[in-house]
Amino acid sequence: MSQFYTSTDHFVLLPAIILALFGCAILIFDVFWFQNPKDRKWLALLVITGLAFTGAALVRQQLHLTTENLTQLTGFGGALTIDRFAIYFNWVFTLATLIVAIVSYHYLEIEGEHHGEYYALLLFAQCGMFFLAAGTDLVTLFIGLELMALCFYVMVGFLRGDKRSNEAAIKYLLLGAFSSGFLVYGFSIMYGLAGSTNLVAVEAAVKAHAGEPLVYLALATTAVGLLFKISAAPFHMWAPDAYEGAPTTITAYLSVASKAASFAFLLRIFGPSGPLAPARDSWEPLLAVVAVLTMTIGNLAAISQTNVKRLLAYSSISHAGYMLLGLIAGNDTGIQGIAVYVLVYAFMNLGAFVVVIALRRKNIIGEDLDDMAGLMYKSPGYAVLMLIFMLSLAGIPPTAGFLGKYYIFLSLIETHHYLLAVIATLYVAVAIYYYFRVVKIMFVGELTEKAALSTSFGLRVALGITGVLTLAIGVYPEPILRLAQNSLLR
Amino acid sequence: MDQHLLSIVLFTPLAGFLILLLIPGKQKELIKIWANLVGFAGFLISLPLVSRFDKSISGFQFEESFDWIPSIGAHFHIGIDGISLLLIMLTTLVGFLAILCSWNAIDDRVKEYYAMFLLLQTGMIGVFVSLDFFLFYVFWELVLVPMYFIIGVWGGPRKLYAAIKFFLYTLAGSVLMLLGILTLYFQYHQQFGAYTFEIADLMKLDLPLHLQQWVFWSFFVGFAIKVPMFPFHTWLPDAHVEAPTAGSVILASVLLKMGTYGFIRFSLPLLPKASVDQTIVQVLAVLSIIGIIYGALVCLMQQDWKKLIAYSSVSHLGFCTLGIFALNPNGIAGSVLQQINHGISTGMLFMVIGIVYERRHTREIAEYGGLAHVMPKYAIIFAIAMLSSAGLPLLNGFVGEFTILQGAFEASHTWAAFAVAGVILGAAYLLWLYQRTMLGQVTNGRNLHLPDLSLRELAIFLPLIAWGIWIGLYPKPYFDILEKPVQQIVERVRPDYYQGGPQRAAATKPAALQGGVQ
Repeated sequence: MSQFYTSTDHFVLLPAIILALFGCAILIFDVFWFQNPKDRKWLALLVITGLAFTGAALVRQQLHLTTENLTQLTGFGGALTIDRFAIYFNWVFTLATLIVAIVSYHYLEIEGEHHGEYYALLLFAQCGMFFLAAGTDLVTLFIGLELMALCFYVMVGFLRGDKRSNEAAIKYLLLGAFSSGFLVYGFSIMYGLAGSTNLVAVEAAVKAHAGEPLVYLALATTAVGLLFKISAAPFHMWAPDAYEGAPTTITAYLSVASKAASFAFLLRIFGPSGPLAPARDSWEPLLAVVAVLTMTIGNLAAISQTNVKRLLAYSSISHAGYMLLGLIAGNDTGIQGIAVYVLVYAFMNLGAFVVVIALRRKNIIGEDLDDMAGLMYKSPGYAVLMLIFMLSLAGIPPTAGFLGKYYIFLSLIETHHYLLAVIATLYVAVAIYYYFRVVKIMFVGELTEKAALSTSFGLRVALGITGVLTLAIGVYPEPILRLAQNSLLR
Repeated sequence: MDQHLLSIVLFTPLAGFLILLLIPGKQKELIKIWANLVGFAGFLISLPLVSRFDKSISGFQFEESFDWIPSIGAHFHIGIDGISLLLIMLTTLVGFLAILCSWNAIDDRVKEYYAMFLLLQTGMIGVFVSLDFFLFYVFWELVLVPMYFIIGVWGGPRKLYAAIKFFLYTLAGSVLMLLGILTLYFQYHQQFGAYTFEIADLMKLDLPLHLQQWVFWSFFVGFAIKVPMFPFHTWLPDAHVEAPTAGSVILASVLLKMGTYGFIRFSLPLLPKASVDQTIVQVLAVLSIIGIIYGALVCLMQQDWKKLIAYSSVSHLGFCTLGIFALNPNGIAGSVLQQINHGISTGMLFMVIGIVYERRHTREIAEYGGLAHVMPKYAIIFAIAMLSSAGLPLLNGFVGEFTILQGAFEASHTWAAFAVAGVILGAAYLLWLYQRTMLGQVTNGRNLHLPDLSLRELAIFLPLIAWGIWIGLYPKPYFDILEKPVQQIVERVRPDYYQGGPQRAAATKPAALQGGVQ
């Protein structure tokens, strides 16, 4: 490390720099030029611009890897690594932030909490996610995680006048801090074993100390911290409350982007070349139990929910269980499956939440299942799109969601986890039950309340993007599968 | 045109569906006319398949294939042999008639109703033409959603319960089937180093018996629920009773055949060792026989007209599965023909009950009686449908059942004995039903002034009756069409079957083929 900040370092860090700069710019602009809440929707435009630059930086990094024929590019003495895995996940984050930003301006106005820092927090959170996908150093990863989590603590409690939002934020903060404690504890033991925070060094140390109690301790505490972040059972308790109380846009963001980032993080630690990969034999059965438990709790609890946001929260828990199965299989198909799953999940889940957002109108909360009654006869377009999202979430072809499940099931069969495969498939049938409770009430329920949906240009665009992609990826998935294939962690 | 004929048949309803979406929902008449036109066109377009089908060729015809998802080895590969040809013709004809018979019955949410039917039509044809497992699975699942809505939106009082039960049962079966498909897919990769879902490629697999058995059971769950075989049949009475008439017709005539077709097309050729495994054959045969007898006994108990017909499907489909697992040409050819026959006769029976239900809004058998005096034309139609279902000689049901019994007899005398008992019971419950509803004096005053069949209603039955009589009088063309594909399947499953000497070979020709009607 002869030089403190080389041009490679700069190039590697570029997306994060752009995100942070635009976040700061939004804060400043907000103070000086956007005093009137009506004008604040232009801040969303600034977010889009920032994301466009981030996207450009990602493209440049991708091109650099391709032209130089590199598998990865490291910066900061191995603390950050840009590989196809990191770029892929960053695209997912970028798309999620984009969609959340364009549906937010109208929603926040209805909630009466339209503030500039909201948009800044979105970008800062994504900045944290960048480090989670690209970090290859325990400290970098941890800082990325905290940056993301802190932004989310604030955003979950963004509806200051709403008790539920406040409660959700406190719960999320307390449990989140608690789990971070576990994680840091695990990391410190790993550091103790390796004498370095670099993931490669840690892996070597774990291999060298295989079977020692300290490794198990590190494993257990790290797993607890990470499982909390992906909302796997039995560490899922925060999720339904946080999802229900948070502003719906943030619920969508939390369930998609934060989950994707946490899975990127999980794969960096537990994945094929991660520091805990050598100890696979000891954690695989453990995670298998966790995955089954997660699917069980997520699916069974979702059945009886009457609040759509809570229902989607439990569904999101069960999806985490499915994605975990990909890691348990652990072969290329499994990891590719997680990558595909994260992407299609982003589209279908964001889409479903956008419909819920459209149901929030002045004086109508619109979160209950009953609020959707007869939606088909009021806004058929929304109802049909919601049907597509529900089918996709359930994993029925020809929608995108099927592909995620397809890879997960295939990976389980390839690695001879037949029992897990049977359990996972049977839960598809359970899941269809509650997804179709939503469908049923939209298509068969009596239209009770006639107020039109609240919609905006951004919302319609977001719905269009997510809906078209959910169907298009399902019918012709080839490009997405190629992309995911290339993003494999080696 | 010729090389894309099958695609055109497959996608005509889908195109009709897309155009239908553009018609505003208030134009009810226009929507009905359009849907009927598309249904009729779909049938007409499928006719050239028959005229251009070459029954002397074994293997698939009208094949079309191109890469769909190369990175997982899924192809858009379609093609038909004799078995699928017959089922497609059944689908396009019954599909059209089902659309036609809804003209007055459905007045609510008309656009959505016909949209669902057209989508369903493409899904069903797709199941019968797919030669790629991935494609097959997509179509297989595609069928569920429209059917859910047809039952759940336009059905009877317990429609939502019936609809979700149908969906959950079939979905649970099909995801387990997916695991079986993926196992074959993975094994192919192990043995040949490439990923493919092509049926023809997967047939090259040489799998040990125990693995074949596992895959067989996973397919079994998917197909047996669809058929439905005992004890997976409990969704069927609910779905049938609650579904609107056209929904029941499609469900009985076509959807159930997807299960038996799955056994013939996939289970037998892909898993030949497991298919002749004694345990498996015994279990399947016993379940089929239980289905036949149990279904018939329940029919004798029924107070509900529609439920009776629903349970008769369980019994009749038991014959079809028994025929398949007799594993000889008579059994399999008879089974396929019986699937067509069941589609014709049970389709008609559901339309028959639909017609009085439209007039009286009750399905209680006790509410009727002596209808023959009030509705003579109706009584004649019902008699033909009932007799064809009961297997009266000169009508279609007889030919199918007789051939299946021959096959069953060849496989095991015990099976045949039980199956014959099923035939007798079948005649009993159907005749008794006819007697209770049609014959005698009109006991219920409200039945006195029921209008007889209208011209449209009559027109719906005529094609099916004509088809039924044709099969009953002269089934040879059907056995000709089925000969090659059936022979191929039997050779695949029992390679030594045709080498059993000339005497044996003579016995393998379906009996009806040699001498027409016996």
